[in-house]
Amino acid sequence: MNINELQNKVKWVRRITLEMINKAGSGHPGGSLSEAEILTVLYYNVLNIDPRRPDWPDRDRFILSKGHCCPPVYAILADLGYFPKEELNTLRKYKSILQGHPSIITPGIDMVSGSLGNGLSVGVGMAMAGRKQKRNYNVYVMMGDGELQEGTIWEAAMSAAHHKLNRLIGIVDYNKIQINGNVSDIMAIEPLADKWKAFGWKVIEINGHDLNEICDTFRSEKYDSVRPTVIIAHTVKGSGVSFMEGNCAWHGKAPDEEQLKIALNEIGGTGI
Amino acid sequence: MKDFSRLVFGKELISLAESNDFIIFNADTKSCAIEEFGKKYPERNFSFGIAEQNLIASAAGAARCGEKVYLATFATFASMRACEQVRTFVCYPNVDVTILGSHAGLQTGTDGATHISTEDISIMRSFPNMTIVEPSDYVAAKKLARLSLDFHTPLYIRFPKTATPQIHDENTYSMKIGVSNLILNYGNDVAIIAMGWILSWAMEAAEILKGMGINAKVIEMHTVKPLDEEAVIKAAKDTGAVVTIEDHTILGGLGAAVSEVLGENIPTYMQRVGVLDRFGVSGEPKFLYEENNMTVSDIISACKKVIAKKESK
Repeated sequence: MNINELQNKVKWVRRITLEMINKAGSGHPGGSLSEAEILTVLYYNVLNIDPRRPDWPDRDRFILSKGHCCPPVYAILADLGYFPKEELNTLRKYKSILQGHPSIITPGIDMVSGSLGNGLSVGVGMAMAGRKQKRNYNVYVMMGDGELQEGTIWEAAMSAAHHKLNRLIGIVDYNKIQINGNVSDIMAIEPLADKWKAFGWKVIEINGHDLNEICDTFRSEKYDSVRPTVIIAHTVKGSGVSFMEGNCAWHGKAPDEEQLKIALNEIGGTGI
Repeated sequence: MKDFSRLVFGKELISLAESNDFIIFNADTKSCAIEEFGKKYPERNFSFGIAEQNLIASAAGAARCGEKVYLATFATFASMRACEQVRTFVCYPNVDVTILGSHAGLQTGTDGATHISTEDISIMRSFPNMTIVEPSDYVAAKKLARLSLDFHTPLYIRFPKTATPQIHDENTYSMKIGVSNLILNYGNDVAIIAMGWILSWAMEAAEILKGMGINAKVIEMHTVKPLDEEAVIKAAKDTGAVVTIEDHTILGGLGAAVSEVLGENIPTYMQRVGVLDRFGVSGEPKFLYEENNMTVSDIISACKKVIAKKESK
C-alpha cells in the first residue's frame, strides 16, 4: 500500500477497533490506538503472510505480546480475509473465535498472548525453530512499554542476543502510559534504548505514528545481520481521539455510544 | 540393581535422536543427562541458562512452529517458577512439549525444602491438556523415552533424584501411557495403587502382608493424568479397600485423583500414603520417609487400617 492507502486503512482500523470495544462492553482502547499505524504497516506491507494458508510454514510470525490490545489485529486479519468480518461483532462474546486476549483458535493468530512479558520468549523459540528448519521467516514481537517491567522480557532479550537471533524483531509500543498512570512514575524503564543495547540488541527509535518512518524502518536492510533488532516506537496512548490521548483512564475502558460517536467523528474515514 | 531413571531416560532419548526429529532446550542443571546433546547435535540444541520461564515459553514458541521439544529442569522449577508458562503457553495451545522434572519427591533429601518437589503433580494436574507420568524404575523410564517420541501434546514426566531399585524386566515390561499395570495379584483383601519408584516399597509391603495372611494386589499407576479410572474402579470393586502411595504430597496428587474417582463412582474406604501437609527438610531420605509415614511398615499399617474399616462396616 502507498502512504495514502495506509492512512485510510489506519483510520479504518481505529474506527473498527473502537466499535468492537464498544460492542464488547470492555477492552483496551488506549494501547490499541497507539499501535494502529505500526500494525497496519506490518500486516499490509511488511509481513510475508498468506491469508489462504494461515499455517504456511515459511510465513513471518507476529506475536502481540501486549495481548490486551488485540482488537486492531482482529480487524486487520478479517480485512485480509482470515475470517469473515461479521466475526468482529462477536469480540469477547461467548463462543466467539475472538477471545478477549489472543488465542490460537483465531485464524491468523500465531500464538496465545496476554499474560504480559511472555511474548518475546515465544518469539525466541519461533526464531530458533526457523533457524533449525533453515527457513528464512522473520519473527516480530510487539511489546507494550509497561510489560517491559516483567523480568521474563529480559530473560528473553538475553537469550535472543546470546543465540544471535537476527530474524527476531522486537517492537516496543512506547506510549508512556500504563493502567494507573505514567510508566515513569509507576516503574521507570528508562534509559530504555541503553538497556536493549546492553543486552546485545540493535536499537532503532522511531515515531510510531509516522507512516513514512515506519515503512522505512521495517525493511530487512535495517535489521542487524547478527543481532536481534528492537524498534522503539514512540507513540501516544489513545492516539487519534482527543479525549483518550495521554489519558490512562482509557487504558481499559470501553467507550459508550456517545463517546464512540465523538471518537469516530474525530478519526474520520469510513467504516466497513 | 539400581539406576537413575532420569539419566536413563535422557540417554535413551539421545540414542534415538538420529532417527527421530526433536530439539532439546537445556537449562543449566544436571538433571536428565540431556545436557550433552548439543555436542553431538549443535543445531538441535539450545541453551537457556538459569531462566526457566523463558525456557518453557520459548519451547512453546518452537513447538508452535512444528518442533517437538524436550526440556529438563528440576520439578520444583518446572512446576512453580515456570508454572504460568506451562499452563498458558504449553497447555492452552496444546503444543508438543515434553517437560522432564527431576528431583521429585523426598529422595532429594539433603537439598532441603527449596529443592524437594512435593507439589508438582497437584499443580500440573490442574491444567487441561496435560499428561503426567512417573516411571517406576529405569526400565520404565527407558520405555517411556521411546513412547514419548510418539506423543504430541503436553507431557510432564517426573523422576526422583537418586538411583532407585529395578522393578521391571526389560524384556517383558510393557507400558502404555494412561493404562495402569497390575503388578502383583495375591488376592482381594486390599489394593495398593502406587506411582513412581515407591512402587518397589508397595511390592515389599504386599509380600510381607502375604506372609501375614493378607492378600493384596499392587497396581502400578505410572500415569496420574489421565488416570486409568477403569482400573481404579475395578480395584475398588474387587477389594473394597484401597491404599495409594506416592512420593508427593497427599494433597492433590495420586491419592487425591484416586479418591475423586472412588468418591464419584464407588465410595470405598481408602488411605493415602504420601508426603504430609508440610515442607521437606534436609536429611537422609530415609528419615524423611519415616517422618511422613511412608515406609514399608507404614504401608502395611495403612493396609491393615483400611481393611479394618472395611470389615467393621
